[in-house]
Amino acid sequence: MNAPTQQLAIWRALNTALRDEFVEDPEVMIIGEDITTWGTGGGIYSVTRNLVGPFGKQRVRDTPISEEAIISTGVGAAMSGTRTIVEIMYSDFTLLGSDGLINQAAKSRYMFGGQFSVPLVVRTTTGSSIGKGAQHSQSLETIYAHVPGLEVVVPSTADDAYGLLRSAIKSNNPTLFLEHKALYYDKGPVTKELIPLGQARVAREGTSITIVATQLMVKRALEAAVQLSEQGIDVEIIDPRTLYPFDMESVFSSVRKTRHLMVVHEAVRDYGWGGEFISNTVQECWGELDAAPRRLGAARTPIPYSEGLENAVVPSAQNIVDEVRNILGLRRMQIA
Amino acid sequence: MTMTSSTISPEALDLKTVEAFDLTTDGPPALALANTIREFESRLPGYSKEGLIRGSTHPSVGMEAIAVGVSRVLRTTDNIASNHRGHAHCIAKGANLGRMLAEILGRRDGYCSGKGGSMHIGVKELGILGTNGIVGAGIGLATGAALGAQMRQTGDVAIAYFGDGASNQGVLAESFNLASIWHLPVVYICENNHFAQSATLEKMVAQQELRLRGEAYGVPSVDVDGMDVEAVSNAALVAVDRARAGDGPTFIVADTYRFLGHMAEDTEIYRTPEQVNRWRDRDPIVQLTHRLLEQHVLTKENVDDIKAAAVAAVDAAEVFAKASPYPEIATAFTQVEEKN
Repeated sequence: MNAPTQQLAIWRALNTALRDEFVEDPEVMIIGEDITTWGTGGGIYSVTRNLVGPFGKQRVRDTPISEEAIISTGVGAAMSGTRTIVEIMYSDFTLLGSDGLINQAAKSRYMFGGQFSVPLVVRTTTGSSIGKGAQHSQSLETIYAHVPGLEVVVPSTADDAYGLLRSAIKSNNPTLFLEHKALYYDKGPVTKELIPLGQARVAREGTSITIVATQLMVKRALEAAVQLSEQGIDVEIIDPRTLYPFDMESVFSSVRKTRHLMVVHEAVRDYGWGGEFISNTVQECWGELDAAPRRLGAARTPIPYSEGLENAVVPSAQNIVDEVRNILGLRRMQIA
Repeated sequence: MTMTSSTISPEALDLKTVEAFDLTTDGPPALALANTIREFESRLPGYSKEGLIRGSTHPSVGMEAIAVGVSRVLRTTDNIASNHRGHAHCIAKGANLGRMLAEILGRRDGYCSGKGGSMHIGVKELGILGTNGIVGAGIGLATGAALGAQMRQTGDVAIAYFGDGASNQGVLAESFNLASIWHLPVVYICENNHFAQSATLEKMVAQQELRLRGEAYGVPSVDVDGMDVEAVSNAALVAVDRARAGDGPTFIVADTYRFLGHMAEDTEIYRTPEQVNRWRDRDPIVQLTHRLLEQHVLTKENVDDIKAAAVAAVDAAEVFAKASPYPEIATAFTQVEEKN
């Protein structure tokens, strides 16, 4: 397995992961709205492009707009023994199928005493920043991470997208796989290595402060880190990659080094998963923290449409810079 | 037309071995099964009063003909997705009475080790995708199991059992349409017992010809007397044969009635004893018994023996379930997920 590492956009990495999984497991299928007939024939963000040709209309099926039935059908198929991928165009629409996800898929293994596996992946798009408005831009990962029995995957790079999607498909647990709509065209190297769920990645090594971030916020934290490095602040960025299972050990070991913690996510800050990471870290690393950890998240508003408004409610690189300085007890940089 | 009968394996097509209901050969076992279900279900309110059952348990006394009639034409590998009033569906599919009751009593030997209870009894080895606490949810699950069967070309079918209350859930419309365009091997069985908890069909369903809902989505739909095991079984046979042959879904609306309350603590202020008695006159077990006696398939003695056997079977189940220990507390924290 020493194929040369390719540079792929995230959508292409996901597409490649699907193809490789379809080749490896002839029983995997995918269903979703417009997945073979829209745009270039690969759904709204091209992820299923050129799948129906080689793998056929049985395994790659366009569905009507019926999210409740699509997700419930995916759950039933998975429980009966067919490994199933469901594409839901926007994560906002998964709420129409939340009975299937939360009341059925998440609970089936447990409430039937371990008899049933639910090898289901619900792939869907998440996040704001491209002007899709309040009902196509939510970051709902916290809601799903809260539900026992669900796995939640939040890739931020092409390599992670590939390796995590393949692991999610192989998983015998129901998995919500969130693809950030503003990152689909970001390119990166793809090693084609499988990445186990529940293993964080160090997105940037540093010594001054640990920032835990996912998806678009990883990108913004990296931008902030460049600014901060010019001010002599050396940021370490941890990308959990999956919110359940989640890898606190990587956060603890980073915090033991940097003695400072900030969490930034695009989900609404209040009651968000950032609180979970901070709470765990405070309990585990209390004596090793030099300052109170802080979190950034979206404002407690729906996502507005107009660009200036949308940018205002989601953490920016500048917000991250300011909050890092705040945690480190430094004054806000005044730009003359 | 993406799916045709050519997608089903030849072996599957050979499995059309079930014949129309024959009173002489199918009548006695149907009567025995119906009596067993009746005996099992009739005891549940008593267990609730004794404090042996927690939460809600929904007996299906009066509705036995449907589960018995449908199950006659099913095989073990066929899937069923049931609802909150689902013990009969499970027992008719072959579930062991002792393990059923142990689950309802929250015991270790229950099918789900006490984690499920009455509304969450699943039995993988019998194709039972669970009774269900969410009204209408089994409709989507059965549709999915039918998709799985179609993909794996097993020739199996999936049955969704639900009530008239669930006919008002959106998932039914969505599933009818999906099963219809994909020709899925699924049979939707509405047990129209005229009540959604306390809400009457007359008040809550605008178009009470429920059959028309299936027809609106291109699903062949049929009304059947749900108090007549023979009629139910023959309707199910046609539907299951269609499904196995790759010809798609069928909707069966079975007219029936539950003789007991919705659950143990039901005050039944929404109906009169006279109404209940009118339906009790059409008791499916009494009807089947009369027919078997009339046609000289069984003697009065045979019928008494069948009844006694049902009582003995449920007695044994009760002994087994009551003797089963409660689950180890540590198991409350296991089986949430498979470790990757």
